[in-house]
Amino acid sequence: MTRVSMKVDGVEYEDDVEPRTLLVHHLREQLGKVGTVVGCDTSNCGACTVLMSDPEGRQQGVKSCSVLAVQADGREITTIEGLSGPDRTLHPVQRAFHEAHGLQCGFCTPGMIMAAVDLLQENADPTEDEIREGLEGNLCRCTGYQNIVRAVQEASAEIRQGAQAEPAPPSPRAGEAQTPDDGLPREHVPDETIPQPVP
Amino acid sequence: MIPPSFDYAAPTTVDEAVSTLRDAGEDAKVIAGGQSLLPLLRMRFAAPSTLVDLGGVAELRGVREDGDAIVIGAMVTHADVLRDPLVNAHLPLLAQATSTVADRQVRHRGTFAGSLAHADPAGDLPAVALVLGASMEIAGPGGRRVVPASEFFVDYLESVVAPDEVLVAVRVPKQGAWQGRYEKFNRVAQGWALVGVAALVKRENGTVTAARVGLTNMGSTPLRATAAEEALAGAGDAEAIGAAAARAAEGTRPSDDMLASADYRRHLAGVLTKRAVASLV
Repeated sequence: MTRVSMKVDGVEYEDDVEPRTLLVHHLREQLGKVGTVVGCDTSNCGACTVLMSDPEGRQQGVKSCSVLAVQADGREITTIEGLSGPDRTLHPVQRAFHEAHGLQCGFCTPGMIMAAVDLLQENADPTEDEIREGLEGNLCRCTGYQNIVRAVQEASAEIRQGAQAEPAPPSPRAGEAQTPDDGLPREHVPDETIPQPVP
Repeated sequence: MIPPSFDYAAPTTVDEAVSTLRDAGEDAKVIAGGQSLLPLLRMRFAAPSTLVDLGGVAELRGVREDGDAIVIGAMVTHADVLRDPLVNAHLPLLAQATSTVADRQVRHRGTFAGSLAHADPAGDLPAVALVLGASMEIAGPGGRRVVPASEFFVDYLESVVAPDEVLVAVRVPKQGAWQGRYEKFNRVAQGWALVGVAALVKRENGTVTAARVGLTNMGSTPLRATAAEEALAGAGDAEAIGAAAARAAEGTRPSDDMLASADYRRHLAGVLTKRAVASLV
């Protein structure tokens, strides 16, 4: 076991880790930061992207499945869980992904958002091509790239106008929605599509 | 997957790194950024007994000017290379080629020296180091030695760095009057180069007076396209450049695999050489 200390989402942690522990597993299993997901496990998909400080203290996007926890000793890390402000206020990139519908199944979203934050802190006003190239390390297997690019453009404009984090919109409760997932009203759903128990 | 177990050492000096490697035996492995090694560990294609992490060795960081060369420390990442003013001023080919390596996240962790030591024939930077005439400074139990890029790469994933040695810095001569361009072809954004071409030319009044052409993934090591280089000298128009570039694959034995046939790779070598050189004249 090797002792490591790192600051994650503003909190100092000190833990003993096995040297082979990947940073993403340390974040999820030891620190409970399950907002960061493991996608492909081959360094391709970028779903596990977090920001990690380099020796000069610059926060940069890294794939946390391709960093050992011991390599993050003494570093500062920001995960998707540390991006929002107090009281569930959304970071402008999170808000833009919500408003521009920059996700479908949502699995790539934590990594996409962190990669977009990383890109925008280096280039606050990227062109569409620069956004697509900047997110080259992140895959969306729903292929929802159009709205992801749109979300990054909206976030870029907001950040340049000095936008700050603002409160998250309340999520509708099941009881308030017409149907549990707010889908089609019952009268528009053909009977044959409704599953029936086998007699 | 989770990597196999290994012992971990975090030396703070090169001497300490070398003595740790010597004591740990030949199954020990050096880790810098880990962007090639960690995927191999996770797939369990590699099972080192000890990992010697160079991340804490301060003397391996930084880029400095040394006369007519730029010296790049072993822990300098691709992102460091891209933002470095010395590299951008004196080694624009290296900066341009580095910008095509993998993706932002990988460039934040992966190192220039690491990608040379890894010696993957599909890696972009070995061919660039070769045409730039780089030399590698290697530290071992017997002291330090310097190996030119032309003798550094031995075979597929194999360089002259011994198990108890550490590549500490890469010395790259300034480009000076050489104009450079790296062209690679791959089918998907994250794919390895099926073939890559690093071209350097000197020109006068629109005529190429000298050329160096390095090839990525046209054999088990990066190669110089010597036939094309000789034919390019004196080429004055697009037709002459095209005819010279068509000889880029001469003498090479590229692999025939599921990604591309050997014939297709030979074709790409010519096309990419023409494209790279044409962009420079």
